[in-house]
Amino acid sequence: MGYFLFRRTLGFVLTLFAVSVVVFAVMNVLPGDPALTILGLDATEDALAALREQLGLNDPLLTRYVHWVWNALHGDFGISHSFGIPVAGLIGERLPMTISLAVSGMIFTVILALVMGIGAAANHRKPGDWGMMFISQLGIAIPAFWLSMLLVLLFAVKLRWLPPGGFAGWDDPVAAMRSLILPTVALALVQSSVLARVTRSSALEVMRQDFVRTARATGFSRRRILWRHVLPNALVPIVTIVGMQFAALVTGTIVIENVFYLPGLGRLIFQSISNRDLPTVQALVMLFAAIVVTANFIVDLLYVVIDPRLKARA
Amino acid sequence: MSYLSLSAARVAASLAMGALLGAAPALAETSIIIGLQQEPTSLDPTADATASIDGMLETNVYESLTTVDESGEVLPALAKSWEISEDGLTYTFKLEEGVTYHDGTTFDSADVVYAFTRAMAEGSTNPSKGIFKPIASVTAVDPSTVEIKLTEKDAFFLFNLAQGDAAIVAEESADANNTTPIGTGPFKFDSWTRGDKLVLVKNPDWRDAADVSLDKVTFRFIADAAAASAAMMAEEVDAFPGFPAPELMPQFEADPRFKTEIGSTEGEVILAMNNSKPPFNDLKVRQAVSYAINRDEIIDGAMYGMAVPIGSFYPPHGPAYEDLTGTYPHDTAKAKELFTEAGVEGTTMTLRVPPFPYAMRSAEIIQAELSAAGIDAKVENVEWGFWLEEVYKKKNYDMTIIAHTSPNDMGNFAKGPDYFYGYDNPEFTALWDSIRTESDPEKRNALLKQGQEELAQQAVHGFLFQLPRLSVIKANIDGFWTSSPVLYQPLAGVTVN
Repeated sequence: MGYFLFRRTLGFVLTLFAVSVVVFAVMNVLPGDPALTILGLDATEDALAALREQLGLNDPLLTRYVHWVWNALHGDFGISHSFGIPVAGLIGERLPMTISLAVSGMIFTVILALVMGIGAAANHRKPGDWGMMFISQLGIAIPAFWLSMLLVLLFAVKLRWLPPGGFAGWDDPVAAMRSLILPTVALALVQSSVLARVTRSSALEVMRQDFVRTARATGFSRRRILWRHVLPNALVPIVTIVGMQFAALVTGTIVIENVFYLPGLGRLIFQSISNRDLPTVQALVMLFAAIVVTANFIVDLLYVVIDPRLKARA
Repeated sequence: MSYLSLSAARVAASLAMGALLGAAPALAETSIIIGLQQEPTSLDPTADATASIDGMLETNVYESLTTVDESGEVLPALAKSWEISEDGLTYTFKLEEGVTYHDGTTFDSADVVYAFTRAMAEGSTNPSKGIFKPIASVTAVDPSTVEIKLTEKDAFFLFNLAQGDAAIVAEESADANNTTPIGTGPFKFDSWTRGDKLVLVKNPDWRDAADVSLDKVTFRFIADAAAASAAMMAEEVDAFPGFPAPELMPQFEADPRFKTEIGSTEGEVILAMNNSKPPFNDLKVRQAVSYAINRDEIIDGAMYGMAVPIGSFYPPHGPAYEDLTGTYPHDTAKAKELFTEAGVEGTTMTLRVPPFPYAMRSAEIIQAELSAAGIDAKVENVEWGFWLEEVYKKKNYDMTIIAHTSPNDMGNFAKGPDYFYGYDNPEFTALWDSIRTESDPEKRNALLKQGQEELAQQAVHGFLFQLPRLSVIKANIDGFWTSSPVLYQPLAGVTVN
């Protein structure tokens, strides 16, 4: 276990290092001048030169990179080029929004997928199975962007049940939850459809095994067999997918936050890339990378919990 | 006796209560929510060119010496009057007295000197530093008088002073305007939730505060056009000046809850051609392109008919406008002939398009029109940062589509071959010099007409249409500008019925 943790931590650090190099290089290779983006078409040459100097864009690339890494290691992610305030603060004020959305998306995905997947497996080769597989096929096929617009048109414009966008903030939990419903559904429907299919096939495979037959022969109820015996044994592939899906949900917020005008990290990264705001993009990509790596790490730990046989191997 | 007086007091108290309750509806806060597509990253118009900074804050939070009305006419603001010397080089401004900034500091001539000195300084990053170039000196004569001396006459000086770039910021607060804007205007900055909204509240100490009917204004940032439309439809937003989707306008027009307006802007949309390199250094090729484009088709397809065609580089609502759309009328056969004569028929050219709907939609139609005239135009949709770097800065393009939204910007063609047009015409530069130094409006308009004719004749670019300003506003709200001669939208005159 100690060796496992050490290997994992090393992987984590190396991944982040690689990501930082790639982001830094890509943002610098990408054509675009932050000073010109800020000052616009009427800017004079000397104003542009002054701003470039102010932003430290005239230093050599390597110096800037080393500087950035050194400061980041000390917890200082620099000042945003375009906002002119510390990047850490910018991210801090947006993080609750994106976390709220990603977590509610994850909960929705898992609940819907398990219910649909197990339900379909239990009704294998019956109309319930076909119906659920059809719905999940639809869920996979519909682009999140388009689904968002349909949901808004129906529930916000036509029925007026829910707000069309914006986030009310957690000061008012009811309003906050209301404003999260549509974005959550739009964000998570694709993921839950994928997961439902994985759950179904994984459950079907387990159901064919001897111990399930034994359980059935013992006279346990169908429900008990499904949720107590089939599901736990079908979890390994499900958890693997969930780990990958959490990363997809976090990055999926970029589109969803734009459509529902939510003040989260997705909109911030979008805006920062357009503005060539290197310090902000750099910090955000690192954060997203860290979230993905952490999610995978947690999945690895969960394997051991789910399948005790792995403990010996780890 | 004591009993009586007690009950009298009770009656008086209940009367007072009644008066309070009766007055309550009148005390209700008048507030509106305005939708805005573009969110700025800074709130300082003297340091960042983002149009929505001016759009939200100039004349509302910040004030300049002058201001302009919807027709573009210059009016007094922080300067209540001014005198211009005979030679046109000395401007003496009389300032409003008793004005205070929102943080309580007083406004006087020293602030004007500070604001201008800061914008003109060597290390200044003012996005429109050029408008301060003619200034030789700014002097405070007394606390309410400022004298500005120019090195040369500047016909647009008073107009330029009305822009957010020339906002009179105070030394005490200028550095923090980036996040907490402090000005002298009718509204005070309240809060900014980045990525979400910006809130202004009425400034009761403003000199004409009695005429301001809004108590609170919230700007909501909604970048996506479909989301903007949904927010309006669900009445989450009360007004969307600068509505991003022309195709959705009819839907709002038909709805009695809303009114729609189609106004003009200062944005000339052009099919820019790189005049500095072949084949566009050849007049024949540029003429051919001008013949090849069909403005009506472009306006119908790209703007759903909601724009006015232009034949040169001057807005149709301006006093010197001349209709030159007939200089090179749409004629595909003629275009083909000229392309053949110039020996470029059948060649491939690139059309690099920035990520704006008007540009991307126009590009597809222009591509088809050029193809009918025998030219294969390759459309490359590029991102804004890329466009600025490659097209604007490095002139690495054949053709592009862009709206020039600054007022009085015919001077772009006098910027010489280094500007991204690659247009080098010393005669036009001389003409522009006489335009910007001519103080007699009539003579200036005659010169401006001459300029328009020259640019149209030379077919410097394909002149397409004037960018419209579309607004969707709730039916009970009045006072929004239909057209916008500048970037800002004054809210002091907006009322809710």
